[in-house]
Amino acid sequence: MADVTAPPLREFPIPPKVEPDAMAASKPYVAPEKIQEAIGFPGQLVENWHEKAIGRMGELLRDYRSLRVYLDSCVHCGACSDKCHYYLGTGDPKNMPVARQDLMRGVYRRHFTVAGKLFPKLVGAKELTKEVLDDWYKYYNQCSECRRCSVFCPYGIDTAEVTMAAKEILDSVGYGQKYSNEIIGKVHKIGNNLGLPGPALEDTLLGLEEDTKEETGCDVRFPLDQKGAEVLLVTPSADFFAEPHVESLIGYAKVFHAAGVSWTLSSHASEAGNFGLFIGNYDQMRKIALRIREAALELGVKRIIVGECGHAWRVAYSFWNTLAGIGAGGDDKFSVELQSQLDMRYRQPTHICEYTWDLIEKGALTFDKEKNDHRVVTFHDSCNVARASRMGDTPGGQFEIPRNIIKAVANNYVEMRPGTTREATFCCGGGGGLLTDELLDLRVKGALPRMESLREVADGGGVNFMATICAICKAQFTKILPYYGFNRSMVGGVHQLVSAAIRLGDKH
Amino acid sequence: MAIEVNGKTYETDEEGYLVNLADWDKDIAAAIAVEEKIDMTDNHWEVVNFLREYYDEYQIAPAVRVLTKAIGKKLGAEKASNQYLYELFPYGPAKQACKIAGLPKPTGCV
Repeated sequence: MADVTAPPLREFPIPPKVEPDAMAASKPYVAPEKIQEAIGFPGQLVENWHEKAIGRMGELLRDYRSLRVYLDSCVHCGACSDKCHYYLGTGDPKNMPVARQDLMRGVYRRHFTVAGKLFPKLVGAKELTKEVLDDWYKYYNQCSECRRCSVFCPYGIDTAEVTMAAKEILDSVGYGQKYSNEIIGKVHKIGNNLGLPGPALEDTLLGLEEDTKEETGCDVRFPLDQKGAEVLLVTPSADFFAEPHVESLIGYAKVFHAAGVSWTLSSHASEAGNFGLFIGNYDQMRKIALRIREAALELGVKRIIVGECGHAWRVAYSFWNTLAGIGAGGDDKFSVELQSQLDMRYRQPTHICEYTWDLIEKGALTFDKEKNDHRVVTFHDSCNVARASRMGDTPGGQFEIPRNIIKAVANNYVEMRPGTTREATFCCGGGGGLLTDELLDLRVKGALPRMESLREVADGGGVNFMATICAICKAQFTKILPYYGFNRSMVGGVHQLVSAAIRLGDKH
Repeated sequence: MAIEVNGKTYETDEEGYLVNLADWDKDIAAAIAVEEKIDMTDNHWEVVNFLREYYDEYQIAPAVRVLTKAIGKKLGAEKASNQYLYELFPYGPAKQACKIAGLPKPTGCV
């Protein structure tokens, strides 16, 4: 593996010196034939890749007018250039969002605009050479689709859509990324990103029941495939497997226990995450989402609640209705059946934070806040929750609700610097399908802006715990915090804090 | 990629994970450990052996909690922690220990 180095924290957050090609060697492993073909993509780079790539681009432009608008409307004003965490951390000018998206914009001009066809040089049109295609592979895999740059774009260009289109074109010519595509294959085959089969899941959940009994004295259950349960909880499979993720899963179970609500997990839909979003492939995204509908129909649940996972909540909030009929919108037979089954007095789907906060507001949960007194907590907004979804009934609910929960369960809370939180939050550095070991150097560098604001509140406010509601953020920070001199265990979930403080009625 | 042990060559992926689970034996594990700069003690072997046993039964590596609990039972309650596993396998117990145990790399948001 290449050397992994963390840049020094900057005293003033000024843009870095430009270092051309600083990250030209960074790229994820290319998906091998077996992984590509398992999800219906060509096994390797096809011979007529140029023709196919341009053809696929044309189809995307036809199907998504938004893409054409994003490619047409950029005026190169530069407002985005210093907003990307990967540019700030690496100095590579191709990581300025405008330059990264120009890798595709040039090809678009050459093949899909009159001026570009006639006078390519005058309008910055570029041919799609193998070198350009390789640059796509490198630099679109240095974009975590976090959409921070879009917040600052005066034209509202959603650069993540351009990255997603590039990844889709690359997949269509057999130039896929191993990490994301292997995971998608596992979901189709086994039901979750980890490849955790039903019996292993059952064994893991039984172990958690034992642990929680030991800790609390209460019979907190972790039900699996329980027909007739009121709630289906869909959560990232990392919650079953990894630390600190599992602490939040225990938190959800305690909330359901305290509320006296019957709930269940599903071995068929044992994954909230949906990497189909990351690779910009609607069919993959739909196929993954349909598992949740199938599980909901099979189990007969009335509510679907989503655990702490950033992009899963984006897919659930923004796409599940038309992808799978969860929520209003779908009009096929199964969607109609599901909609008559779900209890529409509740938001469908509901985020676990909305659920917990509703209970807190109703006075249905009580807490021993001092159980979190050894912590000074800050909250890291995860990009897909912050910039691509909402919670609750008021604008900004996705910012307020997690913070409200933290403040209800812990006494010490400190905000990070404005401009690095809420809609302007910085990506953890590992989102969008980049959470893979061979990209560790990029991930460490991309975490720089977040680490700078964390350092400020750690030194100035005594912060020793950064709460977040995303499995990728949790895994990424656990890995990269030590590179910046922090303890890896200072990151955890909002429901980890809930778990520590919640009072369970039948404690003895 | 490949790893050579006792004069025989075994196929690995780009990151050094064994491609064929059935190839694994203790000599190969020891050779991978050398590449990972891990000095294998009895406690390391306890972890590796448990991973193998669990994988045989469930076709997946155990969750970190399952692993810490099992190690606690074998090596004493004070060693039942994620922190202790990181001391044994600094790159992360899930991935590094799996690699030495000849198991596939855990995927997903871990």
